[in-house]
Amino acid sequence: MSHPDRESIGSGATLGPARAFLEGGHALAEAAIRAGCRFYCGYPMTPSTEVLEYMAKRMPEVGGVCINVEAEIEGINMVWGAAGAGVRAMIASTTNGMSLMQESLAEMVLGRIPAVVVNMGRAQGDYNQCTRSGGHGSHRMIVLAPGSAQEAVETAYRAFHLAEKWRHPVLIYGDFMLSHTSETVTFAPPPDTVEPLPEKTWATTGARGRKPRLLTSLGMRIEGEPAGGGGIGPGEHRTDTTAPMREAVKRHLEIARAETRVETAMLDDAELVVTAFGILGRFAKYAARLAREEGMRVGYVRPYTLVPFPYATFAEIGARGIPVAVFENNAGQMVQDVRLGVEGRAKVDFIGGISMDGSGFGVGPNVDALHILEKIREVYPQRRAA
Amino acid sequence: MSSTHVEQSGTIAAPDVKAGLEKVFTRSPLLGTDTHSLCPGCGEPNAVRVLMENIEEMGERENTVCVLGIGCYTAFAALMDLDTQQAMHGRAPAQATGIKRVLPDRLVFTLQGDGDMITEGIQEVIHAAARGEKITAICLNNAAFGETGGHMTATSVIGQRTKSTLEGRDPARHGYPIRLPEMLTGFEGVAYLARGSVHTPVAVKKTKKLFRAALETQKRGLGFSLVEVLTMCPTGWFVTPAEGPKFQEERLVPVFRVGEIKRPKELEV
Repeated sequence: MSHPDRESIGSGATLGPARAFLEGGHALAEAAIRAGCRFYCGYPMTPSTEVLEYMAKRMPEVGGVCINVEAEIEGINMVWGAAGAGVRAMIASTTNGMSLMQESLAEMVLGRIPAVVVNMGRAQGDYNQCTRSGGHGSHRMIVLAPGSAQEAVETAYRAFHLAEKWRHPVLIYGDFMLSHTSETVTFAPPPDTVEPLPEKTWATTGARGRKPRLLTSLGMRIEGEPAGGGGIGPGEHRTDTTAPMREAVKRHLEIARAETRVETAMLDDAELVVTAFGILGRFAKYAARLAREEGMRVGYVRPYTLVPFPYATFAEIGARGIPVAVFENNAGQMVQDVRLGVEGRAKVDFIGGISMDGSGFGVGPNVDALHILEKIREVYPQRRAA
Repeated sequence: MSSTHVEQSGTIAAPDVKAGLEKVFTRSPLLGTDTHSLCPGCGEPNAVRVLMENIEEMGERENTVCVLGIGCYTAFAALMDLDTQQAMHGRAPAQATGIKRVLPDRLVFTLQGDGDMITEGIQEVIHAAARGEKITAICLNNAAFGETGGHMTATSVIGQRTKSTLEGRDPARHGYPIRLPEMLTGFEGVAYLARGSVHTPVAVKKTKKLFRAALETQKRGLGFSLVEVLTMCPTGWFVTPAEGPKFQEERLVPVFRVGEIKRPKELEV
């Protein structure tokens, strides 16, 4: 590959059938390639290893690059370089590997690098890591949590689209079950991802017939260009490091207005709402249906965008005084956002907990709709006063 | 005063032309200004100037992407007439790898300091070298963290006083300085290694040739290339600007051998 323009991406690609039976990790990888990803790098770690294995085989077939990196820190910075050169670039890792990337993730938000990062976590213990970061600062990535292999496919397309639409890194947060569960998937870009994207007038490709471009997270400006708000003029450092921070926070608000996505069901008459994210949303939804069969009026909410979090949905639930039961496979992380969302106007119960097998992966005894149903039975008596 | 300021200011050319004299020096057109924000006596602008001259003379201005580390030299981001990505401290070789792999026909170089490349980021540069990435890594080695005000780096020499080695670098407590180019000589993916210096006019001219050889190595796809340049840091060494070159000659040059360390025979053709 020698040309970074989007038009050239995919030319000559030998794409397989549009319908396939794939593990979630493989499905996501294939969708990324079909979305135009031509740079991938990774370091093996269960359960993100399958993405690396798939990319190692597929990338050469489509003329892309797959690098076995020596550490996740190197990997994320390679992705920074490739994405900064205008090519769709992705890295996948797991939990601890994500912890290693945090400095760069934070600065890629400030530097406006439209990369896609996948955390195939071991369970759901990285919710805070994914949503409060990357790393330092007040800014966040866009975070998407697919709930099935098919949604992982759609999320891969959407992640690249949102990354370029907002010039903002996007994190996809999956887990062991999503990565290793095989399902039938079809490959087609979701309708919301086909709108035209802005030209990459920032990509550093060599300044052919034009002025130089500077990709920086530090608010530096090229001589002669206006400095960022409150910037310092020539003769000083020509930088205002707070400008990218202010711009990122402003961008967050716009992203929240335009991109917040949430799945809801059975809310109209609900007296209790059960909520979960990722693939556990399917367990929670099924448990809510089982509860209804027992006469309990249970509604269901699954945040799809963890950042921006669907606070408005929970604010409405709070305004109606409907208690919320939060199921997640960790010690209670998303529950904090739910509490923020209901604004103290509804009771919030945490019904999840850490439930993994001995190796630390995500399938313990509590990952079970009947377990969630049992928890619903426990908290339902506290339902909204009629 | 060293030659530093005269060479950077670029102000000597204009009046000479008016007087009918031959124009013998001007700043590189790839440096967009006559001024910089670094300390008096700093060696980094000298190194950056000859680097820019090489890129201009090779006609590669429109084909080059620079990856800047974090240090005093990061300020050159605003001044270089080149597409530039700023990297995290230590990570420039990884970022340059990402660029070079997707734009293999571009000239991609990193500009880092010793604190950046050798202290914080030695893993990145070693693995880039081992992979034989066809990039040029440039290390401005002033044996100190200049930007923080003079603290020990991995290349501070034995006995060197810094704000974090108050009695001088003591091997028993602080270990020994790292000679990075020498470390990399046995790597099959490494094609060109050299160390230059900028504390005398002759040294500056020699360093320009080392840069040229490294960039030619990359351009011909021969493998990884690296040039380390000893640069004066009177602020970080706690000497006057005028004493910088002497300090460098007496303290750094004996530890860090100047010259070519590995050179591909294809360059002779």
